[in-house]
Amino acid sequence: MSSASQDTRLESQGPVLSGPDPVSTVRVDAPAKSDWNNPRLARNLFLWPALIVVLILAIFPLIASLVLALSKVSLVKGGFKIDFVGLTNFRTLFLGSERTHVLGQAGTPTLVGWLVFLGGTALLLVAFVRTVRSRKIRPLGLIGRAVGGLLLVLLLWSVATTVLGSGGRPGTLMVTIVYAFSGTLLTYLLGLGLAVLTTQRLRGQRFFRIVFLVPLMITPVGVAYMFRMLTDTEKGPITPLWRAAGLSDFTLLGDPWGARLAVIISDVWQWTPFMFIVLLAALEGRDLETEEAATVDGASKARIFLNITMPALIPVSATVILIRLIEAFKIIDLPNVLTNGGPGTATESLTLQSFISWRGFDLGSSAAIAYTLLVVVTMVGIGYATFIIRRTHSMV
Amino acid sequence: MKNPLRKRTALDLSPPAKVAGYASLIVWAIIVLFPIYWLVITSLKLPIQVAAGPFYIPGIDFTPTFDNWHYILVDRFSDTVRPFANTIIVALCSSTLALILGSSGAYALVRFHYRPRIGVIAIWIVVILGTFVAVALGAPWPLAVVAAIAVLLILLQTVGKRFKRTLANSDVSFWLISQRMMPPVAVVIPIYVLFQTIGMLDTLPALIVTYTAANLAIVVWLMRDYFLSIPLDLEESASVDGASSFRTFRSIILPISRPGLVATWILVLVFSWNEYLLALFLSSANAQTMPVMVAAQNSTRGPEWWYMSVLILLMIIPVIILAVVLERFIASGALRGAVKG
Repeated sequence: MSSASQDTRLESQGPVLSGPDPVSTVRVDAPAKSDWNNPRLARNLFLWPALIVVLILAIFPLIASLVLALSKVSLVKGGFKIDFVGLTNFRTLFLGSERTHVLGQAGTPTLVGWLVFLGGTALLLVAFVRTVRSRKIRPLGLIGRAVGGLLLVLLLWSVATTVLGSGGRPGTLMVTIVYAFSGTLLTYLLGLGLAVLTTQRLRGQRFFRIVFLVPLMITPVGVAYMFRMLTDTEKGPITPLWRAAGLSDFTLLGDPWGARLAVIISDVWQWTPFMFIVLLAALEGRDLETEEAATVDGASKARIFLNITMPALIPVSATVILIRLIEAFKIIDLPNVLTNGGPGTATESLTLQSFISWRGFDLGSSAAIAYTLLVVVTMVGIGYATFIIRRTHSMV
Repeated sequence: MKNPLRKRTALDLSPPAKVAGYASLIVWAIIVLFPIYWLVITSLKLPIQVAAGPFYIPGIDFTPTFDNWHYILVDRFSDTVRPFANTIIVALCSSTLALILGSSGAYALVRFHYRPRIGVIAIWIVVILGTFVAVALGAPWPLAVVAAIAVLLILLQTVGKRFKRTLANSDVSFWLISQRMMPPVAVVIPIYVLFQTIGMLDTLPALIVTYTAANLAIVVWLMRDYFLSIPLDLEESASVDGASSFRTFRSIILPISRPGLVATWILVLVFSWNEYLLALFLSSANAQTMPVMVAAQNSTRGPEWWYMSVLILLMIIPVIILAVVLERFIASGALRGAVKG
């Protein structure tokens, strides 16, 4: 690829979600010439169909959902009626009877919990002070960072008291976050390892690559039922091992953390090929010149990987981790099918809780939970884009 | 036999590393293939053999039987074929539609200057919301739509021209792409009500349109990245020669972007194939798709593992064919432009 287009590619790559208008970056010496050649009709016809579909099936339903989240739906003779109740649904979820369901039961943090909480809070404070000192930030950005930082501290406290606390029980919000982050991290590491492995000069790479793609090809519901069969410690394939370990009085899916582990394992098994494909494509397309030179100079493979291969993979990795992270928050088929929400509500994710509310015809609560998930995903997405995408895509 | 004295490249491994490499590959291959193997032998087991504990090898541990396959494929042929056909139709149509709409939208966002006026947008939003409210309050919906169009035209001519502040391309792209962040569960209930109002529940077109909307964001995201890397020269010479933008798009851009288009199409196809939540809410009997049918094998006595295994295996076959095709694309480097880093 010529270096000219390389530059425009890098420049206009920018942060996906904001930044300089790509049109003005690309068309340096052709200002609006295309506009005169194309009648308005063409311009509109290209874009409007997509916009209309998204408007009707995504935006307006979203607004309607907000209305539902702020009201109480009840069955009356001949149909149902909707009463506006303001923030009652949200109050019930976060402060009222559903509080332990959503936010969990706080126990006392263990030593590890305290370490995580204090260490994390210290890091956030340092980062915040540095941002303030640098004076490169607008007031709005500062407020955003302060709010985000505060929420992160609350999150760390929640982790310390529920996940890493004795006597604590994480709620659906925490469980969803655990699923999303642990799943993404594990699938990324595995996918990266597999991609690197399959680009080495070994026999049968073609075969291995096809095999490694298989889990992604099974419908998620199918994967869920498959793992339900596999994690059955009474008649599944791991039964002999389970009994040999002396655990025949327990079932994996009957223990809260065992059930969550089963969900995470199934999720990782299914989504590793996604990371694998993307990273493989990136590795396949890379220029081996620098690495060849380094090999000739006698650098070890680990050195080459850390200093040459990994830096080149960072932009792709950042993008693909974002994609997977956002998808991972919406997990529903695995916890639903594997454990139906787990022993009690141990493996319930936010989407699953919303679905169960819908099934119980509590539409207001269902929409409120869905909106909570939307807010969480949006915050994670924007935070990630601000802090990571901007840095990784401008420093290649 | 490779020349043992050939120059070592960056991708060669020392013998111990080779052993470790092969071992890791084989271990993961087993991890991937064992669950599927379990699926296959479960489909060959009778209910009593499934309940009695784990049997691993057909012929030695237990006697395999083709009863389950016979039941699903022969006895219940129409019940099996209908969801299968539905899934194929919905996945193909929605991914093609999403590709067409999304890539033209992405191309437009990359090449044309848009300056949507905020006033106009606000008017559109208000009018359409008003229509929804009117319908919810009991007005017959054809009447409400006609009234909305009339009000819209009037307002656009008068008030819309007064507010001049505009947005830019990047705002529109951001908005389109951020749709991906939205959990479908947040919108599925109103969509259900929408289709129920116009009487299109449990129909294939309803599913196709909804899947298209759900996947449009990722098509725009990927294709926009792809189009940004195409140099302007070809299009400029085309426009100098007098080609309209449609012509340029159709005859020049699309053929060049084929790897990106195909990769995106396959991705969206797989997403649509596996979509569960939307199908669960929006279909019941006629438009039922495979994922929903697989999940429905859960009877009151517990999941019927033997039939479920057969159905899951049936669902895998077309997708595995697709995977082989996809692997060829990756190896030939054709996806290099599709996934940008």
